[in-house]
Amino acid sequence: MKIIIIGDGKLGYNLAENLSKENNDVTIIDKNPEALKKAGEYLDVMCIKGNGLSTQILLEAGIKEADLLIAATASDETNMVCCLTAKKLGAAHTIARIRDPQYADELDKLKADLDLDMVINPEQAVASEIARLIEFPPALNIETFSKGQVVMMEMKVTPDMSIVNMSLNNISKWTNAGILIGGVLRDGSVVIPNGDFVIKRNDTIYIVGQPSKVVQFCKRIGIHVQRIKNVMVMGGGRIAYYLAKYLDEMDIRVKIIEIKRERCIELTELLPKALIVCGDGTDESLLHSENLTSMGAFVSVTDKDEENIIAALMAKQNGVQKVIAKINRANYTIAINNMGINSVVIPKLITANHILRYVRGLQNAMGDPVDALYRIMDGRVEAIEFTANEHTKFLDIPLKDLKIVKDILVASIVRKNEIIIPHGSDVIKADDKVILIAKDKKLTGLNDIVELGV
Amino acid sequence: MNYRMIAKSIGTVLCIEAACMLPSLLVAFICREATTVPFIVSMLITAVAGLALLSIKSPISRLYSRDGFAIVALGWIHISVFGALPFILCGSIPSVIDAFFESVSGFSTTGASILENVEALPKSILFWRSFTHWMGGMGVLILMIAILPSVNASTINIMKAESPGPSPGKIVPKISETAKILYTIYIVLTVIQVVLLLAGGMPLFDALIHAFGTASTGGFSSKNTSVAAYGSVYIETVITIFMFLCGVNFTLYYMVSKRNFKTLLRDEELRFYIGIVFTAIILIVLNTGGTVYRTIGESIRYAAFQVSSVITTTGYSTADFSIWPTFSQVILILLMFIGASAGSTGGGLKCIRILLLAKIIKREIAKINHPSAVQTVKINGRIVDEETLSGIMAFFFFWMLIFALSVLIVSLEGKGLITSTTAVIATLNNIGPGLGSVGPMGNFADLSVLSKLVLSVCMIVGRLEIYPIMLLFTPSFWKRGNI
Repeated sequence: MKIIIIGDGKLGYNLAENLSKENNDVTIIDKNPEALKKAGEYLDVMCIKGNGLSTQILLEAGIKEADLLIAATASDETNMVCCLTAKKLGAAHTIARIRDPQYADELDKLKADLDLDMVINPEQAVASEIARLIEFPPALNIETFSKGQVVMMEMKVTPDMSIVNMSLNNISKWTNAGILIGGVLRDGSVVIPNGDFVIKRNDTIYIVGQPSKVVQFCKRIGIHVQRIKNVMVMGGGRIAYYLAKYLDEMDIRVKIIEIKRERCIELTELLPKALIVCGDGTDESLLHSENLTSMGAFVSVTDKDEENIIAALMAKQNGVQKVIAKINRANYTIAINNMGINSVVIPKLITANHILRYVRGLQNAMGDPVDALYRIMDGRVEAIEFTANEHTKFLDIPLKDLKIVKDILVASIVRKNEIIIPHGSDVIKADDKVILIAKDKKLTGLNDIVELGV
Repeated sequence: MNYRMIAKSIGTVLCIEAACMLPSLLVAFICREATTVPFIVSMLITAVAGLALLSIKSPISRLYSRDGFAIVALGWIHISVFGALPFILCGSIPSVIDAFFESVSGFSTTGASILENVEALPKSILFWRSFTHWMGGMGVLILMIAILPSVNASTINIMKAESPGPSPGKIVPKISETAKILYTIYIVLTVIQVVLLLAGGMPLFDALIHAFGTASTGGFSSKNTSVAAYGSVYIETVITIFMFLCGVNFTLYYMVSKRNFKTLLRDEELRFYIGIVFTAIILIVLNTGGTVYRTIGESIRYAAFQVSSVITTTGYSTADFSIWPTFSQVILILLMFIGASAGSTGGGLKCIRILLLAKIIKREIAKINHPSAVQTVKINGRIVDEETLSGIMAFFFFWMLIFALSVLIVSLEGKGLITSTTAVIATLNNIGPGLGSVGPMGNFADLSVLSKLVLSVCMIVGRLEIYPIMLLFTPSFWKRGNI
C-alpha cells in the first residue's frame, strides 16, 4: 500500500517503522529536517521536507495514488485540514490524530464532516488501556478479543508461584483451569511453547482464556486477586481526565494529584466525582497524607517520564499492589523492567497498534478481516483474531490433521458464546472467531497458518 | 564496523560480477575464439571467491553509514581486481598492472586505455571491456540492491556512497524500487541507442560496444580511431545525443515518465547543464570555424560531438582536438572539471556542485553590500542547508588537492606539463583521453608503473567521489572498536 504520514514525531516515526517493515511504500512529510534525518537514515521510507497542509507538497508525495494518509502532527486542527485536503486530492483513506477533549464529544460529527476513516485519540486509548489493567490487577498487560470474551494477560512468574518448574502439560492437568499459555519471554528470547515446555521463575508468560477462567487460574497458582476500589492518579492531564471517567463507570474512586492550581480547578468542574488534590506528586509526605498506603492502585501519568518512574517506585515501596507508569520513551522500558513497577504503558505504541490494526484490515479487504491485532514482546509476536468464513480452506478438519506452520499457535476459538481452548480434535467452523499467536510472521488471513500444498 | 556484513556484501558483488562475465563468454563461444576457456576460468575464480565470502555468517545485518562506505570502496577494488582476470588469462594484456588499469578504467567508466591496437583484440575481450563500463556506469552495488530480494532499510547507506552527487536520494519510498527504476531507465536508454545505431548501418557487435560506452559515459570503442572510424554523420549525431542524454539526472526521466514536465523544465541543474553545453559549442565553433575546419557545418559537427563527449566525461572522439586552437582546448579542459549532472552516469565535479559554488560566491559578494542581510542559497526554490554547502566546498577543495598531488607524482616521469596534467584530469574526472601523448589519438601505455597505479586510484576516487576510498586510508577505520 502507498501510505503518507504527516508529522515525523514519536508516533509518526513508529508508524513509519512498522508500516515500512510490512512492505508498504511509506512517505513521511515533516517541516523539520532534523526529524526527517533519522527516518531517512534508518528506515526504508521517502522523506519530504515541507508543510503537510500544502497541496503542492501532498502532490509531490503522490497523494493521488495514496491508499492512506495518516495525519499525526502536534496540532489537531492541522491534522483535520490535512485529511480534508488529502481526501479532496484523491487519497483513498485518511486517519487523523485528534486529542483535544473538547473535540472528543463531537468526534462522530467531525468524522462525518471531514470524511475521516478513523480518528485516533492517543490519550483516550492510553486511559482505556490503564483502566483495563486496573480492572484486572494481576496482569502486567491485558488485551481483549471478541468483545472481551477472551483475554490475553501478561504475567511475570515469581519464585513463590506453584507453577515454577512445571511443564505446561502438568500445569493444565493440575490447575484444570481451561487456559492456555501462548507465549513465554525468557532472558530476552521469545518462545511459542508446546506441552513439554517447562516454566522457570522470572519468565514472562502470556495467558489466554476466558476472563473468569484466567482469574481462577491466578487464584489456583497463588496470586491474590482483589478488586481495586480506589486509585491514586498522579498528574492531571488529558489521560487522567479520560481515566477518571472510565474508572467512574467501573465504580472505582479516583484521587488526582495535580501540581497546577488552575488545572485543579478545571478538573473539579470536569470531574465532579473525583477528589482533586493540588500538590507535587513526587513529594512523599503529601502522598502519605493522602493515604497512599491504602490505595488499591497508583497511576503516574505526568508528562515527565522520570517523575512517573520515581513516583511509581515510591508507591511500590509503600506497599501499593498495582503500580502503573506512563512512559513516552520506549527505550526506557528495558532499563525499568526489573524495578518492580507492575505495568508500563507507552502511548505511542498503543496508538501505533490501533492504526496498524486498521491498516492490516485495509490490506485484507480481499482476505479475512482482522478483528483484533496486538503486538507483544517488543513487537516480535503478534496475537491476531480472524473470523473464519467460507474462504477458509480447512473448515471442519481436526487441528491435529493440519500441518500448522512452525511458531503459530491456535490459542482460542470463540463459537457464539462458547470459548474453546483448542486441542488436537477440535475443528474450526465457519463464523468462528479464531485467536492466533504467531512469532516473527505477518499473517494476513486464516489460510496463512497451514503450510502450502497441504 | 560490521566486518562480516561487509565481507558478505563484497561476496555478493563478486557473484554478480561472475554472472556478468556470461555475455562475454557467449561472445567468445559464438565467435569460436580461444578465449572461451580463460573466461570460464575467470568466472570460476570470481564465483568461488564470491561464494566463499558469501558463506560468512553475519549475526547483525544493520549497516551504518561507515559500513556503507566501506562496502562500496572495498567492493569496487575487488571487482576491479577480479575484472582484470580475463585480460590476464586471455593473454591480451599480460602485465598485471596494465590489466588492472584497464579494468579500473572500465568499471569507473573512464575509458582510458593502455592498449595501442584495440582492433587486434579478440571480440570477447572487447565486449568484456565495454561491459565493465556498463556495469560501472549505474553502479554494481545499485545493481545488487535492485536484484536482491533481501534489502533492508540500512542499504540506503550503500546507495548514498555509490551514487554520484552531493545528496543522492530516493525516487520512490522503497530503496529496492528506486534501484530498479534507475536500472530500467538505464536499460531503456541503452536499448534505444542500440536500435538507432543498427538503423545507421553499424554492425550489432559495434552497436552494443558503443551503446555500452555511451550509456555509461565510459568511452571504450572497438576501433583504434574511436567513433571517427565510421565517418558517418548519422552515427555521430546519435552518439552525440545519447551522450548528452546520459549526462542528465536520471530522476528527471522518471518525472517525465510520470508526465511531470514542470519539474523537468524548472530544474536548475538541467538548465545550467544545457546552458554550458550550448555556450561551449558556440565558442568552439567560432574559434575553429574557418581555421581548423573549412565550413561552419563541419565545425558544428565536431564541436558538438566533442563537447558532449567531454562534459559527460564519456571520452569518445571524432576529431583530434590536440590540434585545435588553445582557446578551444582550454574550454574542453574546463568542461572536464565541470562534468555531468548529479544522478547521471557521468563523472567530474557535477553541474550541481559548480552551480551551488557559484551561488555561494554570489552570496559572499552580496554580504559585503548588506552585512546584516539573511541570505540562503536555494536550488529549485528550496533552501540548501548550510551543512550541504560546507560539504560541497570541502569536496571541491579535496578534489583539487587530490588533483594537485596526483599531478605532482605523475610529473616525476617528465612527460611534459600538458601530458602529466591532462592525464590526471582525464582519469580523475573519468573522461579518458587528455591532451598531448595521452590525447584522443594516443594512449596511456607509455607511462610508468607508478603513474599507472596513481591514475588507477584517481579513476576509482573520481567515480566514487573521494570519500569512500579516502576512508580506507584512515587508520581508525581499520581498528576494532574505533572511536
